[in-house]
Amino acid sequence: MLESHKKLERNSMLLLIFAVIAVSVGGIVEIVPLFNMQTTIEPVKGVRPLTPLELIGQDIYVREGCNVCHSQQIRPLRDEVQRYGHYSLAAESMYDHPFVWGSERTGPDLARVGGKYSNTWHLEHLSDPRSVVPESIMPRYDFLNKRGARTWDVADKMRALRVVGVPYTDDDIINAKQDIQSQTMPDEDASDLQKRYGEKVVPQDYGSHDPGSPTEMDALVAYLQQLGTQVDFTTYDPDYELHATTGTPAEKGKK
Amino acid sequence: MQTLQPQMDTASAVPAPPLRSPMPRYDEEIIKYFTIASMFWTIAGFAVGLLIALQLAFPAFNLEPYLNFGRLRPLHTSAVIFAFGGNILFATSYHVVQRTCHTKLYSVKMAWFHFWGYQAFILMAGLGYLFGVTQGKEYAEPEWYADLWLTVVWVVYLINFLMTLTMRKEKHIYVANWFFLSFIVTIAILHLVNGLSIPISPFSTKSYTVWAGVQSALIQWWYGHNAVGFFLTAGFLGMMYYYIPKQADRPVYSYRLSIIHFWSLIFIYIWAGPHHLLYTSLPDWAQTLGMTFSIMLWMPSWGGMINGMMTLSGAWHKLRDDPILQFMIIALSFYGMSTFEGPLMSIKTVNSLSHYTNWTVGHVHAGALGWVAYISFGAIYYLVPHLWKKAGMYSTKLISLHLWISTVGIVVYITSMWVAGIMQGLMWRAYDKMGFLTYSFVEVVQAMHPYYIIRAIGGALFLVGALIMVYNLWRTIKMPTIAHDRAADPALVAAE
Repeated sequence: MLESHKKLERNSMLLLIFAVIAVSVGGIVEIVPLFNMQTTIEPVKGVRPLTPLELIGQDIYVREGCNVCHSQQIRPLRDEVQRYGHYSLAAESMYDHPFVWGSERTGPDLARVGGKYSNTWHLEHLSDPRSVVPESIMPRYDFLNKRGARTWDVADKMRALRVVGVPYTDDDIINAKQDIQSQTMPDEDASDLQKRYGEKVVPQDYGSHDPGSPTEMDALVAYLQQLGTQVDFTTYDPDYELHATTGTPAEKGKK
Repeated sequence: MQTLQPQMDTASAVPAPPLRSPMPRYDEEIIKYFTIASMFWTIAGFAVGLLIALQLAFPAFNLEPYLNFGRLRPLHTSAVIFAFGGNILFATSYHVVQRTCHTKLYSVKMAWFHFWGYQAFILMAGLGYLFGVTQGKEYAEPEWYADLWLTVVWVVYLINFLMTLTMRKEKHIYVANWFFLSFIVTIAILHLVNGLSIPISPFSTKSYTVWAGVQSALIQWWYGHNAVGFFLTAGFLGMMYYYIPKQADRPVYSYRLSIIHFWSLIFIYIWAGPHHLLYTSLPDWAQTLGMTFSIMLWMPSWGGMINGMMTLSGAWHKLRDDPILQFMIIALSFYGMSTFEGPLMSIKTVNSLSHYTNWTVGHVHAGALGWVAYISFGAIYYLVPHLWKKAGMYSTKLISLHLWISTVGIVVYITSMWVAGIMQGLMWRAYDKMGFLTYSFVEVVQAMHPYYIIRAIGGALFLVGALIMVYNLWRTIKMPTIAHDRAADPALVAAE
């Protein structure tokens, strides 16, 4: 072995090529099969792309590094399921570019925070965390109240996301600005918005009390409020594969 | 023992000058620049680290929006890994490759482009974080334009390093260069694949990564873990394989072991990424593979540690009064410790407790402060008098002081994080007699408070140590230059 290794030691190109081969094997074996979606992501009913307002919120979430301290990935462990809710499914992050599962829980997991607190609570908490939770060590995000949500490039964002696989339609993109407004106007007709993103999207005052012109805070709260709410776990069937082979019509779970 | 020594040792142990063409005048100016840049970013990176440690202990240290924890944390990690670590890797790789190949650099112009291009990348990335321009992927936060720029700079580095190797006057490529080469090329591959993204417009800083959800997670941690494996391990092992033999004035312990170490390390490391995703929505088979290879990784890691440590065979007495060697050997000890801790934390059962907790933070810092920073400090203390042609460091006492202050700092840091992390994990999963969770989340946050303070103290000590080093280096550079060129001294060529 030592003798043959001398060939590598004497030829820098050969050494380079062998090193590249050595470091490629593991990556290829682990990553390539993941793109076989059927085994990676179980089909689950209800998962949808974010509305334009929620998308702006997600971008703020990433911009501010919320995912540095908050995970969005509930592991199937007894205490986590009890504390946070049903364990996370692969499908629930299938439209996240990139994933925001996080790696630390300096703060609590947020995978199912949607609907747990009121919009007002979120507004108060984000503006001044210690006014609501005295022991909290979270930074203040009061400045989000003073900034209008940036709507002018949201269509560009949706187009880019469509390129990488999020199923936004032309209709979704053309009406993006409209949908942002509708989602913050509880008193107006929102049937168009709901036709595109589902009945669960209910227009509401996310805190700024200024219907039609949301702040960054509104967008972030809208994003947080939908987290973990898309899948209806009363109809979710974890053994869909089993049932599919035995003939139970569970494969309808496919979206 | 003769067969166990690197072959090139015997080759270069022959009185060199008469056989070779005249000693090349090495390109050393560029190495000086990289060294100074590295020292600058060291202080910046450690200072930001101290600030964010204080933010966790006392949230009043957050200054919204630019200096909030979420924006500063990537600034800290990038500054220490890519700015401090990167610059010292470039300095040492350019130094080692010239010395061990007995040649100048292939292109010193390319090296200067590499230097300024890389500093520009650091500024682009760092300023971006403060303004909220980030891809949100740990250790791969820079946006598409900075990523593209880095790609150009990195390719120039790869070509320059590789071509310098091909120009070598030695028959064999010295083991340190294998590690440097694999570090450079693997980081290129990781960066390209993980960085693939679509900008929302050519005029916007915002982009979306091509990969989504589960795939995004695995590719990110394939990248992230191997940034540790190749940037923070292979590269610094290259440093270890040159500067420890140099400082100890002994050849590397075992040539055979270095071959096994190299190939098994780079082959196995790449598989270990999924251990960052145990119990998540990643398919089980990938998690199991990741865990298995992580445990296997223990062996090559310790092989390398043993090879480095045993290089001191017959020279252990030097350890008693050479603080530079002490830095290097403590570095290897921490390397051994954290490469044991890593596989341990990759075991699913252990990981169910340790993941998401401060234990991970402690583990990272055992490796980053104990291994990466210490082997770098050792190399820098060797390199600076060497490059600036001084008789030695300005003050050996100050090196010792640096060593002890920062060692206490590391120990305070990692023990506080061990206690905090294990406590956090246990509190989260504690149940009372009635079957309810004992602690609310915020009670656990509260329990962390004293440990966050202790950790900040540990970090502060480490920063103080680094400041002492910078002072010592500055005084060394100010010392009168010696006429005698140590570089031409054949007695020191032994380990090449």
